[in-house]
Amino acid sequence: MNQQPLCELAELAAAVPDGAKLVVAQDNCGVSMAATRELVRRGVRGLHLVCVPVSGLQAEILVGAGAVATLETSAITLGEFGPAHRFIDALRHGRIRMLDSTCPAIHAALQAGQKGLPFIPLRGLLGSDLFASRADWKVIDNPFQPGDAIAVLPAINPDIALFHAPLADRAGNVYIGRRRELLTMAHASKQTFVTVEAISERNLFDDPKLVPGVVPAIYVNRIALAKQGAWPVGLPEHYGCDDAALSRYVQSAKTEEGFRRYLDEWLGEAALTV
Amino acid sequence: MMDLSYSRAELLVAVIARLLEGCRHVTVGASSPIPGAAALLRRELTQGAMRVTILGSNRYNAYTDGGVETFDMAAQGRIDAFFLGGGQIDGQGNINLVGTGTYPASDVRWPGSFGSAYLYYLVPKVILFREEHTRRVLVPKVDFISSPGVSAPGVYRPGGPYGLLTGLAWFAFDKQRQRFRLESVHPGHSVEEIRDQTGFEFDCPDKVPYTRAPEPDILALIRGRIRNAIGETYPRFASTFAG
Repeated sequence: MNQQPLCELAELAAAVPDGAKLVVAQDNCGVSMAATRELVRRGVRGLHLVCVPVSGLQAEILVGAGAVATLETSAITLGEFGPAHRFIDALRHGRIRMLDSTCPAIHAALQAGQKGLPFIPLRGLLGSDLFASRADWKVIDNPFQPGDAIAVLPAINPDIALFHAPLADRAGNVYIGRRRELLTMAHASKQTFVTVEAISERNLFDDPKLVPGVVPAIYVNRIALAKQGAWPVGLPEHYGCDDAALSRYVQSAKTEEGFRRYLDEWLGEAALTV
Repeated sequence: MMDLSYSRAELLVAVIARLLEGCRHVTVGASSPIPGAAALLRRELTQGAMRVTILGSNRYNAYTDGGVETFDMAAQGRIDAFFLGGGQIDGQGNINLVGTGTYPASDVRWPGSFGSAYLYYLVPKVILFREEHTRRVLVPKVDFISSPGVSAPGVYRPGGPYGLLTGLAWFAFDKQRQRFRLESVHPGHSVEEIRDQTGFEFDCPDKVPYTRAPEPDILALIRGRIRNAIGETYPRFASTFAG
């Protein structure tokens, strides 16, 4: 039965079970920091976090908060703001299982997932320690051209895709524009949860210019309004990242105590959901 | 030290722009302001005929199929040049973007391999770029191979290392010999200094020329239109790199 997708932020976060395989987008695609905060606030545990294909503050905070059991990503980077201290610390102390990947492998495995295929071949990879570190990746002989070795990756079918978008309507359609990996994420995942800057009273399918950039409601299970919901990460074409807040985060997270203080302050702030 | 009328970043931009001659489409990855500026300079010199995609830019990114499009294009041969770096690079062109020591509890952990374990195999002209030229970075053997410099026969590899540009020198990569050859030393530096600062062995001709300095018209472009253009993606870099 289809449920009404619009809900409160806390309800959306509560619907992410402990141990879920959660797939999130990279910073320039729409990162739901608002939902991330609610997840940390409710103390989610044991996530298998898949980053498409990399992550920044979102993964760093989830790892630092102890929410992540397995991290599957091509990189964790806070760019010029400095190292991802909590991610590095968690690896050093063996607190997370690391599945290092490469960007096209994550895209391809999700594409296999969206097609309902068990696996997908991918060029590159062979002979790297990256490939050697992944027991779940295999190499086969190209069945159409013997002697051509090629890597194969199992499909990724996450339990939940989570991202932030500019606009949704009451029927549950979500506008993502040209950030097409969000569509792939939604297609490959069992459920999709989205936070948005605004809710349109008009059905997005009524505007033919928007339709090619829409994730249709059939894939979308929960939508919560969260203005500035990517903050302090930016939402391209809407607002940039908050340089001061990101710098302060990196300074704070150098130590576990500093990170905890930052987290308490962040969780204590009233949600900007109006 | 020679009295140079240009900065090191300006020299590197000019050198990379020369290396990109003949390319139809160049893609520049994350955190790469100098390659980005260089690609825009080459584009300017071709009156816009050479296409440039800068990941992270809105203006210089005409992709409409999401993040996967870069990789699909590379696999089809639609990207002629790309840039990779590395926390460690060794003499066989292996690169390490993961960390030092024993994986996964690395002593020093870097962000991760990004798209290297794919693009390095597929893009014909991969330019390894790392400003820091020390034995810390240029090591005899990387601790973790994010992506190898050469592949066994039978591994599909139309791409691979074209050369290595650092803050001190330019090396070409010889795919047959599977090693680097010192091609030029940047003005103000010496072959002896390169030997001192390089942790791997490389081929070295008897006479190594200086890297050609940027011509005045090139410098003027870098300081004007190129600085402006790269500022869209890298505002902090643009405000500091050019004279």
